Amino acid sequence: MTELSRRQVILASGAVLIAAPVQARAPGEPASARSRWGLLIDTGKCSAECNVCVETCKAEMGLSGHDRPLTDAQYLRKVNVRDPATGAAHSVPVMCQHCAKPACVDVCPTGASMKRADGIVLVDRHICIGCRYCMMACPYKARSFAHEDQTGQQPYLPRGKGTVEGCTLCVHRIDEGRPPACVEACAAKARGAMLFGDLNDPKSDIAQRVAREATSRIRADLGLEPAIRYQGI
Amino acid sequence: MSSSNAAYTQVRPYTRGWLALMAGFGAVIIVALGAVWHMEHQGHWVTGMTNQVVWGMPHVFAVFLIVAASGALNVASMGSVFGREDYQKLGRLSALLAVALLAGGLAVLVLDLGRPDRLAVAMTHFNFKSIFAWNVILYSGFMAVVGVYLWTMMDWRAGRFYKPAALVAFGWRLVLTTGTGCIFGFLAAREAYGAAVMAPLFIAMSFAYGLAVFILVLSVSFKMTRRPLGGDLSARLLRLLGLFVAANLYFTALLHVTQLYFAGRGGVEAFILWNGGIHTTLFWVGQVGLGGILPLVIAYGGCGHAVRKRAMMASILVVLGGLAQVWVIVIGGQAWPLDLFPGMEVSSTFADGHVHAYAPSAWEVMLGLGGVAVALVIATIGMTALGLLPSGLETATESRGCNN
Repeated sequence: MTELSRRQVILASGAVLIAAPVQARAPGEPASARSRWGLLIDTGKCSAECNVCVETCKAEMGLSGHDRPLTDAQYLRKVNVRDPATGAAHSVPVMCQHCAKPACVDVCPTGASMKRADGIVLVDRHICIGCRYCMMACPYKARSFAHEDQTGQQPYLPRGKGTVEGCTLCVHRIDEGRPPACVEACAAKARGAMLFGDLNDPKSDIAQRVAREATSRIRADLGLEPAIRYQGI
Repeated sequence: MSSSNAAYTQVRPYTRGWLALMAGFGAVIIVALGAVWHMEHQGHWVTGMTNQVVWGMPHVFAVFLIVAASGALNVASMGSVFGREDYQKLGRLSALLAVALLAGGLAVLVLDLGRPDRLAVAMTHFNFKSIFAWNVILYSGFMAVVGVYLWTMMDWRAGRFYKPAALVAFGWRLVLTTGTGCIFGFLAAREAYGAAVMAPLFIAMSFAYGLAVFILVLSVSFKMTRRPLGGDLSARLLRLLGLFVAANLYFTALLHVTQLYFAGRGGVEAFILWNGGIHTTLFWVGQVGLGGILPLVIAYGGCGHAVRKRAMMASILVVLGGLAQVWVIVIGGQAWPLDLFPGMEVSSTFADGHVHAYAPSAWEVMLGLGGVAVALVIATIGMTALGLLPSGLETATESRGCNN
């Protein structure tokens, strides 16, 4: 592991500030509908060359691929968006949007795709039969199918061949009162384009910024009410 | 129960032809099981499927067989529900074929799951908001309903249940095909789908595919068991097939007109209809040309072949065109990229923004053909074990040419 530079230490302290208000969940305490975890991503601070969030996600989730981009899992990707009329370009991190009305949950025959009370959308690998209907239904292409045996798994993220998976919003960290790994890394090593917090808590930074500033959601027209909001697109 | 007037005989087993047929089907099934073992053992990366095209060739076969299954029951319904006595003698074979095709399709579907070992989970955990879960119930129920229907046709003591069973079976098959169409019709995320017309389109598809498969099985089984098959019946079935093919073409046109009417769906329509490569070719040449217009010409137009041969030719074309049609719907619909940012150009390491390639692997094709073989084995065993096949379908004249 490389030494952190002074700049990175200073930026990391900023990450703590950004992510500090998260409340840890006591062991055994169920997730509560009082919270609605979400992200606010400022695309103005997100450069096309920067992949810190993507790389951190892979490391955090143990997504060791097989160098087969079409079948390797990607929980978080950078989508380069360009307006052909004006030439304006953005690089947008896209992951599971943790919709309030998730299409994946609606179509899943067994209930393996599920939404926690606090709005985090997950897959129960024990009852996922690998039908991939959720992948057909997701308008964000946010899910991956485990096409082969998995290695280098993390204890908090069991992955199984033949089941579907996707961004968990780092639920294992949220339950411990920590922010998602991508958010922390973006603040520490990049320009802090991601803000994580409870959209239901009017005192949280994210709720206040969403109330104060113009934000958008990808494919808002579909009415799925994602918890991931964007600025600058 | 008029069908009791007809004589039915079992197919004689262990003849040279019977053994050869079963050996051939058995070989295909063994190869398919080998392909399943390989795909399950290695994982789906050995198939042509990716994280972009998640349903591949097995789904083409499975959807075709499932859709054809409900359509195959129509012949029985013609006799029982609509009182066409000529068709009543075909009711037993129609019901058997419906169950056999559904079993073959479901076998493919289940064996293509990422976790086929969790079939019990699929049968015990239901999310009732999911069309897929509803379909599991509809498929299982179809087997039971058609089983009862078949029993009422075969047992004279159950005759009083014949009509009610026929009505339930007819209603059930319509709902079942509606459910299969809705698997696609409710997918708002994919531009090629997300249209309510998918439900009637699938019903029209089932009418055509099911009757085509029925004609083929009827003709081949009669020929192999040396039973007389009159030209009048073939002519009637062929005209009916033409009607169903026309309905399928109509709803196909309606789907695309609907899509063109939607703002923002011009891209996917241009892809399917104009510049989609293999998908466009399969649409115009396979689905519309070979599977639509040509069978119509054969059914109603001029040609010099005997009507039985014409019925066979048209049926083969409808089956091939049907496979092309399901390909265009299932694969073509996924090949078109998701529109995350309408009006924008996009790219990513996850293949956003460009048309997705898909080439089926041999494993997938083997699995699909295995489903067809499963259906035909069940049909053959059914005809062997039970008196389902009429001993003959005699008619006054053997129609020739186009004067039928």
